[in-house]
Amino acid sequence: MKPKLWLAIPLIVLAFFLAAVGWRLSSPPNPTVKSRLIGQPLPEFALAAAVPGKPALTSADLKAGEPRLLNLFASWCVPCIAEAPVLVDLRRRGVVIDAIAIRDGPADIARFLADHGDPFARIGTDPQSQVQMALGSSGVPESFIVDGRGVIRYQHIGPVMPQDVPTILAQWEQAK
Amino acid sequence: MIAEIGLAALSLAAALALLQFAVSLAGGRLGEVRALVVPVAVAQGALTLFAFAMLIWLFLRTDLSVRLVAANSHSLKPWFYKVAGTWGNHEGSMLLWVTVLAVAGAALALFERRLPDKALQATLGAQAALALGFFAFLLLASNPFARLYPVPPEGQGLNPLLQDPGLAFHPPTLYLGYVGLSVAFSLAVGALVTRDVGPALARAMRPWVLGAWVLLTIGITAGSYWAYYELGWGGWWFWDPVENASLMPWLAATALLHSINVLAARGGLRAWTIMLAVVAFSMSMVGTFLVRSGILTSVHSFAVDPERGTFILALLTIYIGGALALFAWRVGSVREGARFDLVSREGALVANNLILSVILGTVFVGTLYPLFVEAATGDKISVGPPYFNAVTGPLTLALALLLFLGPLLNWRRDDRPNLRRIALPLLVSMLVFAGSFLFGAMSPLARLGLAVAAGLTVASIMPLVGRNLRRTPLASWGMVISHLGVAVAIAGAASDTAFTRETLAAARPGETLTVGPWTVRFNGVDPVAGPNWTAVEGHLTATRGGTALRLDPQSRTFSDPPTETNEAAIDTVWDGQLYTVLGRQEPGGRWQLRLWWKPMVTLLWLGGALIALGGLLALIGRVLRDRRQRMRAREAFA
Repeated sequence: MKPKLWLAIPLIVLAFFLAAVGWRLSSPPNPTVKSRLIGQPLPEFALAAAVPGKPALTSADLKAGEPRLLNLFASWCVPCIAEAPVLVDLRRRGVVIDAIAIRDGPADIARFLADHGDPFARIGTDPQSQVQMALGSSGVPESFIVDGRGVIRYQHIGPVMPQDVPTILAQWEQAK
Repeated sequence: MIAEIGLAALSLAAALALLQFAVSLAGGRLGEVRALVVPVAVAQGALTLFAFAMLIWLFLRTDLSVRLVAANSHSLKPWFYKVAGTWGNHEGSMLLWVTVLAVAGAALALFERRLPDKALQATLGAQAALALGFFAFLLLASNPFARLYPVPPEGQGLNPLLQDPGLAFHPPTLYLGYVGLSVAFSLAVGALVTRDVGPALARAMRPWVLGAWVLLTIGITAGSYWAYYELGWGGWWFWDPVENASLMPWLAATALLHSINVLAARGGLRAWTIMLAVVAFSMSMVGTFLVRSGILTSVHSFAVDPERGTFILALLTIYIGGALALFAWRVGSVREGARFDLVSREGALVANNLILSVILGTVFVGTLYPLFVEAATGDKISVGPPYFNAVTGPLTLALALLLFLGPLLNWRRDDRPNLRRIALPLLVSMLVFAGSFLFGAMSPLARLGLAVAAGLTVASIMPLVGRNLRRTPLASWGMVISHLGVAVAIAGAASDTAFTRETLAAARPGETLTVGPWTVRFNGVDPVAGPNWTAVEGHLTATRGGTALRLDPQSRTFSDPPTETNEAAIDTVWDGQLYTVLGRQEPGGRWQLRLWWKPMVTLLWLGGALIALGGLLALIGRVLRDRRQRMRAREAFA
């Protein structure tokens, strides 16, 4: 090696460092972890109606050829109140929403729907969280987009907030 | 009003830095400019210090109309944590960084008398250029004095997790060390500009490097102990990116410290010393950048702010790139230093520098490798302790072996090195190595570590043997104590690796466990509550012979933010530490318990403290000797 060449080594190291760090600054890491449930078929279930006068929910209802948004909620869950108006808005935009009420009672659910709106086509009741566990859901609220063949296409953990609407709608279109 | 005064002082200091830089650039054409540059540097340091004092005052008064105070303080905090809160956030810590930079520049301007005018001027110009960029960063992208309207009724910074005396002192200690290296950087740049590299430069640089190195050593040792007791994993170094960010400047500074001695004593290693001075502060800036930008995943989480990150990255590019380019361009014209033989003090110091550089390169590559790989292939990988330990362990032992002989060699050439002096240490090493087999199986590295540590304990004292101890300069005492510290720290690390006994168990109250020589009875658990946490406290009684210890590890749950922590209960006895952690409750009423018996592990931090103490003694010795020489020179003139 010529004596002059080694002088450039630190500069080359610096250039590598700057390139790597600059790359990271321009493309921040995406912390979203893709759910393992995506692409999996729904578990089989048949839930009784959660409130009188509203249809019950079975897994067959979610294989009827059209995509559905499946929302897990509970009247005792505060974030569910926060997402309620967003679900009503999604319903208005043409998203068909079914729900599973987790560990809840008919009177409480009816009051919740009266207070915060009722965007749901069907509501099944899951008093022991059995279906919730089978779905791999860890809490309420949680929402799944299920395509017409009963396959989970998207999972949203936590309340659906206004900023999530574009993603949900895009996933909805894809599931069609 | 206080905030505006602080901001005005900061702006004025920035303007003075610009003036200082411009005057230094114009330098030669203006003739004698030392008379101008020195007062400007001093005023700049004073104004920045004043601005920092204003920010402390705002925090002390909890002036919630200042955004930074509202976001990071609270009227109910104890006054001590209000003050410490000043630098416990991004803006405040950057202001602290700039304050240290400007005050160091002022001190250099005031006290540096060895350097020729031209070199000092160029150095202060470089220091002003450094300060200018960080002033701009503060004023344009991180204004600590920004107001908030409407004024909130209360601040948001009452996070009690951060109310820890260690966290109050740890960052400023490291910052002082980081930024102290800026002076070495500026001196190196000044020397490249004036093409004047020689012993005078080394003597000017040495106290700064020593001081910075002592503070970095203290900061790293304290940080290591903090991780040890706070994280509850029983380990003392995790190769976390933020730990590495503080280790890299320390490694460079350690190498620099040794090569400076060659330059000061013999006028050798000129280009190399300049390069190390540039690299040491570059590593400080890289470290600060990695920590503050949150660019690498770490247990120390800081918010990522791409705009600020880009700003600091631009500064890094200008300063490091500029200095390295200047180095590549100018170093050819630096006069070659004095020559020396392979077997000589210089030769040993060169070997020391090579090993330290390889360790530095290893840590640098390992820390950034995940980023390189993800940039190139998109794969996410992590580099963990197996890599770092496998490379740095043997290199550290090689470095320690070098210490057996290096300090005993003569300068320039040593035809007949005093091999008798290393016979005893080597014998001790071999005996310990052989004796270690009596203790059964352990990793080869730990066995070698014990042997080298024992030998080095003897070898480190050898340079004092046969000397008149009263006349031995303080700097030599410092060297001996630091090298002894290395032996002690290696002994602690090797002992921890070789002899630690670990017991993991699920125990019911009333059960008895054993770990190493200790019998530990699990007496039960109690609920306890603190100001903002609840905890389950386990009660353990440990007995060995006639000694009985009580340990109460806690499993804590904090309410805001909701976090669970394990508060380890650690008891130190003369020959080691008993380290206990209470885990979760299992079904069936059993509690997870983790018990470690760590013989002699405290030597690790004691060694770190000795290393720092040695540096401090050397610093005091050098400064005193300098003063004495100056006084003698003055008397000679009078």
